[in-house]
Amino acid sequence: MTRLQINGSTQETTASPARRLSEVLREDLGLRGTKVGCDAGDCGACTVLLDGAPTCSCLTTLAQVDGKSVTTIEGLETQNLQAAFLHFGAAQCGICTPGMLISAAALLQEHPHPTKQQVKDALGGVLCRCTGYTKIIQAVMHANEPLPKAVNPAAGSAIGSAVIRLDGQPKVDGSEAFGADFVPANCLIVHALRSPHHRAEFTIGDTADWVAQNGGTISVLTANDIPGENRFGVIPPFADQPALAQNRSRFRGEAVALIVGEAQAVETCDLANFPIEWTVQTEVMDPIQAKQTDAPQLHEGREGNLLITGLVRHDDWAAGLEKAAYMADTAIETAYVEHAYIEPEAGVAWMDNGVMNIRACTQAPVMDQEDVANILDLPKAQVRIHACATGGGFGSKLDVSLQPLIGLAAMKTGRPCRMTYSRNESMSSSTKRHPAKMTARIGCDENGLLTAMHFDGDFNTGAYASWGPTVANRVPVHASGPYKMPAYFAEARAIHTNGPPSGAFRGFGVPQAAVIQEILFDDLAAMSGLDRLEFRKLNAMVDGDKTQTGQVLSAVGIGQCLSALDSAWQQAQIENAKWNATDSHIKRGVGVASCWYGCGNTSLPNPSTILAGITPEGQLVLHQGATDIGQGSNTVISQIFADALGLPISQISLVGPDTALTPDAGKTSASRQTYVSGKAAEQTGRLLRADILQRLNIGDDAALTLADGRIISGQSQLELNTLTTDEHGYAISAISSYDPPTAPLDENGQGTPYAVYGYGAQMAEVEVDTRLGTVSVRHIHAAHDLGRVINPVLATGQIEGGIAQGLGLALMEEYIPGRTENLHDYLIPTIGDMPEITSILIEDPDPHGPFGAKGLGEHVLIPTAPAILNAIRDATGARITNLPALPYRVLNAIKEANS
Amino acid sequence: MAYHRPTALTDAFGLLATSDLSILAGGTDVFAMETGRELHGDVLDITAISQLGGISQTGDGWRIGANTTWSEVANAPLPDAFWALQQAAREVGSLQIQNSATVAGNLCNASPAADGVPPLLVLDASVEIGSQSGTRQIPLSDFITGVRKTALQSGEMVTAICIPSSAMLGASAFQKLGARKYLVISICMVAVRLAIKNRVIIEAAISVGSCSPVACRMPALESAMMGQHFDDPEAWQAVLEQQVNHLLTPIDDIRADAGYRSAVAVEMINRCIQDAKAKART
Repeated sequence: MTRLQINGSTQETTASPARRLSEVLREDLGLRGTKVGCDAGDCGACTVLLDGAPTCSCLTTLAQVDGKSVTTIEGLETQNLQAAFLHFGAAQCGICTPGMLISAAALLQEHPHPTKQQVKDALGGVLCRCTGYTKIIQAVMHANEPLPKAVNPAAGSAIGSAVIRLDGQPKVDGSEAFGADFVPANCLIVHALRSPHHRAEFTIGDTADWVAQNGGTISVLTANDIPGENRFGVIPPFADQPALAQNRSRFRGEAVALIVGEAQAVETCDLANFPIEWTVQTEVMDPIQAKQTDAPQLHEGREGNLLITGLVRHDDWAAGLEKAAYMADTAIETAYVEHAYIEPEAGVAWMDNGVMNIRACTQAPVMDQEDVANILDLPKAQVRIHACATGGGFGSKLDVSLQPLIGLAAMKTGRPCRMTYSRNESMSSSTKRHPAKMTARIGCDENGLLTAMHFDGDFNTGAYASWGPTVANRVPVHASGPYKMPAYFAEARAIHTNGPPSGAFRGFGVPQAAVIQEILFDDLAAMSGLDRLEFRKLNAMVDGDKTQTGQVLSAVGIGQCLSALDSAWQQAQIENAKWNATDSHIKRGVGVASCWYGCGNTSLPNPSTILAGITPEGQLVLHQGATDIGQGSNTVISQIFADALGLPISQISLVGPDTALTPDAGKTSASRQTYVSGKAAEQTGRLLRADILQRLNIGDDAALTLADGRIISGQSQLELNTLTTDEHGYAISAISSYDPPTAPLDENGQGTPYAVYGYGAQMAEVEVDTRLGTVSVRHIHAAHDLGRVINPVLATGQIEGGIAQGLGLALMEEYIPGRTENLHDYLIPTIGDMPEITSILIEDPDPHGPFGAKGLGEHVLIPTAPAILNAIRDATGARITNLPALPYRVLNAIKEANS
Repeated sequence: MAYHRPTALTDAFGLLATSDLSILAGGTDVFAMETGRELHGDVLDITAISQLGGISQTGDGWRIGANTTWSEVANAPLPDAFWALQQAAREVGSLQIQNSATVAGNLCNASPAADGVPPLLVLDASVEIGSQSGTRQIPLSDFITGVRKTALQSGEMVTAICIPSSAMLGASAFQKLGARKYLVISICMVAVRLAIKNRVIIEAAISVGSCSPVACRMPALESAMMGQHFDDPEAWQAVLEQQVNHLLTPIDDIRADAGYRSAVAVEMINRCIQDAKAKART
């Protein structure tokens, strides 16, 4: 028995003295506000105070807190700090927030008004993957200063106001329940056995014997136990991934069997002697090698390991390059990039009245429902997905991970079953950003006007299809950037290897393609004697221009974005010239890059449906099925709906996402939720309003009030409890769907892949230590065209977070299968790596988007890496052709440039 | 599975003499290697042994008890010669790690990238090792014998790190190079301790980490610097490069290639000499 002083009270536990304190807090004492992200001290999510000192509870044994006082998020009394986190938008997904708050509280105890550097030093041990840290720094610095009163917009004025995120409070008080935080009674644990080999065949022996040797209470489940089709995939025609591998595994980390049982039994079973025999085979890890005829073939019918080729072409590119006065070409390689959300995949499954309930972190509840139903051979109606708070996703939580596994375990055992991936498991088994090997040639005339572009890319799509087809199709559409290109040819191939499946990661291949295009633009600007920003402005698309797919665009905001950088650009050039004239070995440089990005699925339907109603008692309910993984759709979609309806946002109660309660709002991907689900919410709001106006027999511009079970407008009023309730139990309700108007691409990639594009341009100011090759990004100016700003704090939060991920892509992130499956060998930016960020929000309203809004979530990451790489080149002459630009690569490139 | 947490050092020695135990202090390395929810195997937790705590001045130098954390080192009032160690203390992992991890544990873990080794090498540190049969002291350079290997024998544990008074001469500096700020495993580390009198170097101690299986001192460079005017770095540049090329055996790994490590080692030694010089009272 250990006695603990926790949050001011004494608690007793019989847990083992060798147990991680984090486990004792969460599992034995039910204090699940403390999060576990890595179990290795690499992420700081589990930080608690031990006698006032921030400590990783995952690295501390229970015995070691004997006689010490422990403070967790549940016991933190720092309302000012928590209010500041909400006000500044410092919590996005919220998974790192408890660790941040605990660390900040210790700092504020000592320094009530800390400097930025003090905040960085205090919070350097807590990783955040969403926010880019900027708002966290602001919140901590201003925690003990008076905050302005929270914005509470009146009816009709929610859009554009910095409404505090509606799901914010539980994220700052530790009560938010993520995938691992809800544990029904009588729940079993599921553990997956995974392939330690990149490519192997295997046979599973006598598991009954092994179970008997291990106490007899656990169960083993294999592919043979799967009742339905052992195959899933986000794009049904390409679905190829087994929930549990059968006889052969195609990548290291693939699940091959499940162990299910009581926590203690699963924890202590002898996995080393599990009866499985492996026949290791030679793997192929490189897409160029995988294309060779003698390479091992991963999937039948995919000759040369080619999953798919995407192509967009128009006019004669060869002639265009021929007539160009200047031509630039290069080859670029990028690495596997890991999403590294701080919440490893987690969830729980249980059967209830014949319905399989799955509560797990996700970006796509309805797709989960379809895959689980298919694998478990259940009708879709008998699978209910409760999308819980999700601690970051960035694309990887679009694919199912543990959903079919815990579903299978719950089905076979009849007990609730839960599973939480270890960090290693999460990193080795989840999807990644596609590594790309790209070449490109771009030409311009003597005045700097572009003449043609040729792009060719092999994208390593890993062992299974996942979102490979989407990447291969999106890249050729976007590889020109938002520029006028008179002739164009772009081909991208998704090639299978024995690497982890490459899937969706913020930008679907476009960030990689933007690197090569923007690097070449700097070459062409130099050749044609133009300023690099002017070169881009000269060639930027304008309203009425055609995209490479032949689509005529309006609301093209790129010109405004580039122009918004003018003064910062000029100032930086002058200051850098002065700095670089000194004999310092630190050189400064500036770089610029653009983005454009089509919102929603590429030429495929992707409707969203939003339901809303008012109860007879007068409660306004919005059924919001778009998963909010931190980006803010709960709030943004409510703001849009509130203004369309004409009632204050504060009156909205949110329901969902839950496949039993919310209509399908599609997946949180492709920067589509603000635009597509937002548009559906706008339509629903307007329908509901029209119904009310008609019942009240009043005009379009009437102001509405909802109070005391009535809707009132001037002298008219509607008694809600006098109306007959509908099938949803509402006195009055509305439902509406929206699907972007797109058209298929033909054999040359011509057509209308997206209804709405968003635009942006970023300028990076960097400092390079020319003797160590280290790069410090000092400032990023980010101008983004959002069409209409729904919520400025959430929008700038997206920009700052995207920049952090773009900075990681440029400078440090490189996932190597089998080598960097943790957060100390795989580096993501810490609070100390972040530059100052100036966000410039531009509004060029889109005719399709809700109130003119365009998507933003992925756009913000695209220009960052090329802008940084161009700035490194400006500072030193070094051209980086192999990402990330680790110090040794930068130093080697500097030497090459100087030789 | 047994978990021992004695309060008396003699009890710890007794336990070590009779069973094969994993020694646990701050836990930051031990737990990072553990995939389960708790430590497995038999554990000797030494954190309740008060005798192993604290930094103290002794008759012939300084003593850093085996339970001393990096935060304690960072915040202690110590002579200028300790600056390198205190700078390193602030760069070990994160504040959370510094609050738990011990200096002695860092040595016992014997990673080529152990942040504590270069600064302790320039302090001529030795390691006090205790067991039921008594205590012995060996130089740090003999304590770490290879990657993840130490001179600890069965039944022994580290009880303290000892710094001789002679190493209090001058001031020191430390630099760590990694691919990001905070929470980073170093690509290269350098520590330098310099004593300068009448603008002439009268003591030089230089060490490099992460560029060989075990961090090492650079004796020929130190000799070459002795007696030189500190404004005359050309006097030892050739020796510096020769030492880097002959003593270090950097490897290619995911963080950097060998050629890079050698190049930055030279640069960082020069920078650290400048830093130490700036701090050293002339």
